[in-house]
Amino acid sequence: MEGKQYQLVTCTINGKETQTMVDVRASLTDMLRNDYRMTSVKKGCEVGECGACTVLIDGEAYNSCIYLAVWAEGKRITTVEGLLGPNGELSDIQQAFIDEAAVQCGFCTPGFLMTALEILDSGIEYSDEELRKLLSGHLCRCTGYENIFRAVKKTMLQRLGRI
Amino acid sequence: MYDIKALYEASSVAHATELLLAHPEAQVIAGGSDVLVQIREGRRAGMELVSIYKLDELRGVELEEDGTIRIGSLTSFSHITKDKIIKKYINVLGEAVDMVGGPQIRNIGTIGGNTCNGVTSADSASTLFAWDAIVELSGPEGLRRLPIKEFYIKAGCVDLRPGEIQTGILIPQKAYEGYAGHYTKYAMRNAMDIATLGCSVNVKLSEDKETILDARIAYGVAGPVPMRTPSAEQAVKGQPVSKETCRKFGEAVLLDINPRDSWRASKAFRCHIGEVMAERGLEKAIRRAGGGI
Ligand SMILES: Cc1cc2nc3c(=O)[nH]c(=O)nc-3n(C[C@H](O)[C@H](O)[C@H](O)COP(=O)(O)OP(=O)(O)OC[C@H]3O[C@@H](n4cnc5c(N)ncnc54)[C@H](O)[C@@H]3O)c2cc1C
Ligand code: FES
Ligand code: FES
Repeated sequence: MEGKQYQLVTCTINGKETQTMVDVRASLTDMLRNDYRMTSVKKGCEVGECGACTVLIDGEAYNSCIYLAVWAEGKRITTVEGLLGPNGELSDIQQAFIDEAAVQCGFCTPGFLMTALEILDSGIEYSDEELRKLLSGHLCRCTGYENIFRAVKKTMLQRLGRI
Repeated sequence: MYDIKALYEASSVAHATELLLAHPEAQVIAGGSDVLVQIREGRRAGMELVSIYKLDELRGVELEEDGTIRIGSLTSFSHITKDKIIKKYINVLGEAVDMVGGPQIRNIGTIGGNTCNGVTSADSASTLFAWDAIVELSGPEGLRRLPIKEFYIKAGCVDLRPGEIQTGILIPQKAYEGYAGHYTKYAMRNAMDIATLGCSVNVKLSEDKETILDARIAYGVAGPVPMRTPSAEQAVKGQPVSKETCRKFGEAVLLDINPRDSWRASKAFRCHIGEVMAERGLEKAIRRAGGGI
């Protein structure tokens, strides 16, 4: 058997600089869940189809299941754990998901929240059609998507001072 | 955990070549959205990989002094779509790659990976064929450039020699100046689906917008690799801008395309939509070029 290959990976996770030895065969999902206990990052399909594992890397949404953990070196990573306020307050988009009943079993929710964050942080007012397209990299087997769409749209309009 | 035998991270283009020569069995991994999925499937399990993901010098779009548009091979689809140079000169490429998978795939997937995989359905490929793109490769003997048509050898196989990686895709000025284009992706779903057929058309009109000076068209999934249809291009060159010309264009496509029956669609269906996509694509490209139709 060949020796295992490890690498030291230094990155910023939810604003905190961290460092750990990582097996080069690990996906970013593996690293976030196993080494950092970021269990909001879900393992759904593990082949880039469902979006349950979505995290932000330097502000862009990626499927962490098809991203090698060692590539995270020097990157800024955001997961749902990073959305909470100092006293555990929910962020606007999380609250909107609750208010709009956009969560049922919740498995897809953390991934959707991360994609929503990239959309919201762009500061762009998207049309309904554009929003649907931007949310299309996620599967939800419970809600039928309408409430998720509404939650994202409402938060977008709120942030832009439109409602 | 992926079933990877070993991972070598390249720190420069020259280093990538060194690593590939030192590990002849190893495969290049760029964004990994094909490679990692194939490792999961088992098709590429147990491979050695040379990662070029960190070669940031291969990211981005530039306009060179002679007007050539250079797209670094590691540029992601979403960055191509957002890029100002692409928007200004060859917007249709940005539109085409905006139809790949979903948003997260467009953030990781690279245009280099989309062409080096040799796949006929690749959403960037037909547009690159239709715009006479040049592929730039770097290897032990230095740089080499070749027309994208020659880069594709057969399904899943491109002209990458031992130790070579693709470093850029170039669109010369004469290939884009004065042209306007349109891409159609026909798929069963609007997102997260592979093209049943992809068709990229572009056109250059006379100054009075009455005559077609040049028209180019390329397909994905109309054959084992992306392809142009010279019969259609010839049929409309010098012809008046009219619905009749667009209809002829569609008809002539059938002389060249050779799609196959697959579980996604039959050959007959692909031929039918191929004709319609050409006709409508030319109409749309003409409108974008300022022609009235
Ligand atoms: C869920 C999902 C949906 C998808 N949907 C679409 C779609 O709609 N349309 C579409 O076209 N594609 C789609 N793809 C496929 C894939 O995202 C694209 O082909 C993408 O462009 C691959 O780029 P990459 O950088 O991730 O490639 P990788 O997986 O890293 O590499 C792909 C191949 O190219 C080689 N390679 C990559 N870069 C270089 C280089 N610079 N030099 C030499 N060799 C290189 C690799 O060795 C490998 O053989 C999808 C993939 C997934 C997972
Ligand atoms: S688990 Fe990553 S996309 Fe499904
Ligand atoms: S809430 Fe159950 S999958 Fe979306």
